[in-house]
Amino acid sequence: MSVISRIAPPKEACAHCGAPVAPPAQYCCEGCEAAHGLVAGMGLDAFYRRRSAADGALRPETVPPVPLAGAAVAEGPGLWRLDLMVSGLRCGACVWLVEQALAAEPDMLSARAALTTRRLTLRWRGEQARAEEFAALLARLGFRAVPFSPACLRAADDAEMRSLVRALGIAAFGAMNVMLVSVAVWVGEDMGAETRALMHWLAALIGLPTIALAGLPFYRSALAALRAWRTNMDVAISLGVLATAAMSLSEAWRNGPFTWFDGATTLLALLLAGRLLDRTARGRAGRAVAELIALQDGTVRRLNGEGRAMDVPAGAVLAGDRILLAAGERLRLDAVLEGTPGLFDLAATTGESLPRPIAVGEALLAGAINMGGPAVLRVTAAAAEGSLAATARLLEQAAEIRGRFVTLADKAARLYVPTVLVVATATFLGWWLWAGLGWQAALVPAVAALIVTCPCGLAIAVPAVQVVTVGALFRRGVLVTSPTALERLAEVDRVVLDKTGTLTTGTPRLLPGDWTPEVLRAAAGLARGSRHPLARALLAACPDAPLRTDATEHPGQGMTACNARLGSARFCGVTEAGSDPTLWFTEAGSAPVAFRFADTLRPDAREAVAALRALGLPVEILSGDAPGAVAKVARELGIETWEGGAIPEAKLAHVAELRLAGQRPLMVGDGINDAGALALAHAAVAAPGAQDIAQGAADLALRGEALMALPEAIHAARRAQCLAKQNITFSLAYNLVAVPAAVAGLVTPLGAAAVMASSSLIVILNALRAERPARWTR
Amino acid sequence: MDSLILLVPVALALGLLGLGGFLWALRTGQYEDLDGAGARILFDDTKTERHPTP
Repeated sequence: MSVISRIAPPKEACAHCGAPVAPPAQYCCEGCEAAHGLVAGMGLDAFYRRRSAADGALRPETVPPVPLAGAAVAEGPGLWRLDLMVSGLRCGACVWLVEQALAAEPDMLSARAALTTRRLTLRWRGEQARAEEFAALLARLGFRAVPFSPACLRAADDAEMRSLVRALGIAAFGAMNVMLVSVAVWVGEDMGAETRALMHWLAALIGLPTIALAGLPFYRSALAALRAWRTNMDVAISLGVLATAAMSLSEAWRNGPFTWFDGATTLLALLLAGRLLDRTARGRAGRAVAELIALQDGTVRRLNGEGRAMDVPAGAVLAGDRILLAAGERLRLDAVLEGTPGLFDLAATTGESLPRPIAVGEALLAGAINMGGPAVLRVTAAAAEGSLAATARLLEQAAEIRGRFVTLADKAARLYVPTVLVVATATFLGWWLWAGLGWQAALVPAVAALIVTCPCGLAIAVPAVQVVTVGALFRRGVLVTSPTALERLAEVDRVVLDKTGTLTTGTPRLLPGDWTPEVLRAAAGLARGSRHPLARALLAACPDAPLRTDATEHPGQGMTACNARLGSARFCGVTEAGSDPTLWFTEAGSAPVAFRFADTLRPDAREAVAALRALGLPVEILSGDAPGAVAKVARELGIETWEGGAIPEAKLAHVAELRLAGQRPLMVGDGINDAGALALAHAAVAAPGAQDIAQGAADLALRGEALMALPEAIHAARRAQCLAKQNITFSLAYNLVAVPAAVAGLVTPLGAAAVMASSSLIVILNALRAERPARWTR
Repeated sequence: MDSLILLVPVALALGLLGLGGFLWALRTGQYEDLDGAGARILFDDTKTERHPTP
């Protein structure tokens, strides 16, 4: 599609990344201009004609480089291999560009990118350190590369998935070839008894190994369930398939009219196909989440005795080690600040929306971002004992509780398995003892009843709906990772929202004030030299302000240049009034000017809260930020229940309280401080841009910027639950006709096949209705 | 009946050949990147026509 349609970006779009720009300009930023030049210089500009989408995602950004050389593995003397996860691979054209650009590097032996897994495998001859050059080249093109993390590997290298595909291949082969002989028996009524016997044994020859091999995924799951004294759908399937195989063998033995190997193998093939689709849909979401998490991975810069810095994995750092944290970098371990006072953004650990000055000796939790200059810290706990590890342990416990959730399909199976067993046994005994048939002949209607009760339709009823819903949600930027997430999401009766980063964008925006454009321009020029969120917000309001080269930063206070100052009220010598975060700007000979900011709500926050209410869900805010800031947001959104200043433990306790009161809360959050509450809630959603640990604690993750996806996901989950119930009811209703016929001995293998196929088809067609978008998005 | 003795083994052998091919493709990782494989057949072989970086 990407090549055939040849979509060129519209005229007003950046020539490299496709972001909208003002008409005379060709590029949205310097990075894009350089990238475009680089691509054209290598003769690869066909890329721009070939790609299918350009939405601004390919903008080269300056992010702290992740050291990669250590991840390269030696494959021989001077031969290196490196697996990278490349973020931004969208279509075939991106794969082409990345491969061609890297293949042009001298000494590169092979560069191969996989679009499904975002995995790039490089092999080269020469120095290990070349890895950094390759990553830098990718970064200049607008792709971010990080080492392929274990989480990515787990998501990509799915052994279970491969065994399912193998089983499906075997089952499909077996089903088709058994049909070859079965159809001959069905239509060949004038066939001699010997020929029929030959046909039966041929069917057994193909059918038995197929049933033994292809059914393994079901037998394993059924055995695990039975060991725990439970029944699930796989018990029903295993029972049906194995009983059919045994009965067919006995029929072949006594040369009865029909064997049923075709039914058993077709059933396996159909169910395996359904299961594979289910895995594929969730695997795609799982890989996307692993990608988001991998982008946050990184190393720690440890200082040795002589003060030399070395990059080491976070796990290798011990308590008492000193580490160096660059400006803009995230702290990965608990530590206390040494050396000079600094400025840290604690939004991920406490939910505070603005950075706070930190004094020397003050403790910081992992997750804080350094907003000042380079800082030296002393680690207080190794990774395995720190606050992140404690949260991770909490998540494990919560996951165990969540694992006990009984799905709709399991509930149906609990009723279904004993019922069909009773019916089958009664049929067998009835024909054998009461009607006086031989035991082998009596076995036929009994097993026919077992297989005609359609474990097929019933087993596909729920997964079919889930596959369609998970796929539809994926396209709208909602990643469903847990297999029971949709069912739990459909049941929630209350929504608890975090504020910073969830309801708000987490980045402040300049409010209108009484300053002139010239003053704004001068102040923004000064702000260009700082990483402070307020300075960045000021620059965002006047992006073309020239850089003041003589500006110096005083971390936590402000910027100075010549006789101009930009910073806090105290730094500029003003006595402040007002609650909004404010930057003051003074210049010799003029009165100080105030730039006020507000953490802005996501554009669709109001709409999303209204939609949640329309779904009948009460909404509340639970935030770690100052009560004043929380109250303001609550007022704007018309939310009556809110709580501010909540530490992570308080958030956890609040959710636990709701659960004890018998409610089923949905928690939506993004920070490390939300992780515990996310894990404990009945269902949990990670907000756009959430921290890795929050992503791991949640069942669903929102990608993109829109909060509106949340009510849409709940609506879709409820719809899915409704359709799944319809499907189960339908399958059971089908049995009201099929079972009496089977018990009466009227069903032939051909009839059973027709019943099985038609019920599955109807269930799948009904599931396809889940694709339709929610009512309010039409 | 005679024809069956020949035709059934032939049909089965052909089917097994297909199954073997599928299992080989699976083991050599040809199902790993289905999205990429679809786009890849449309790539030109551009290695020859590239002009050097200025």
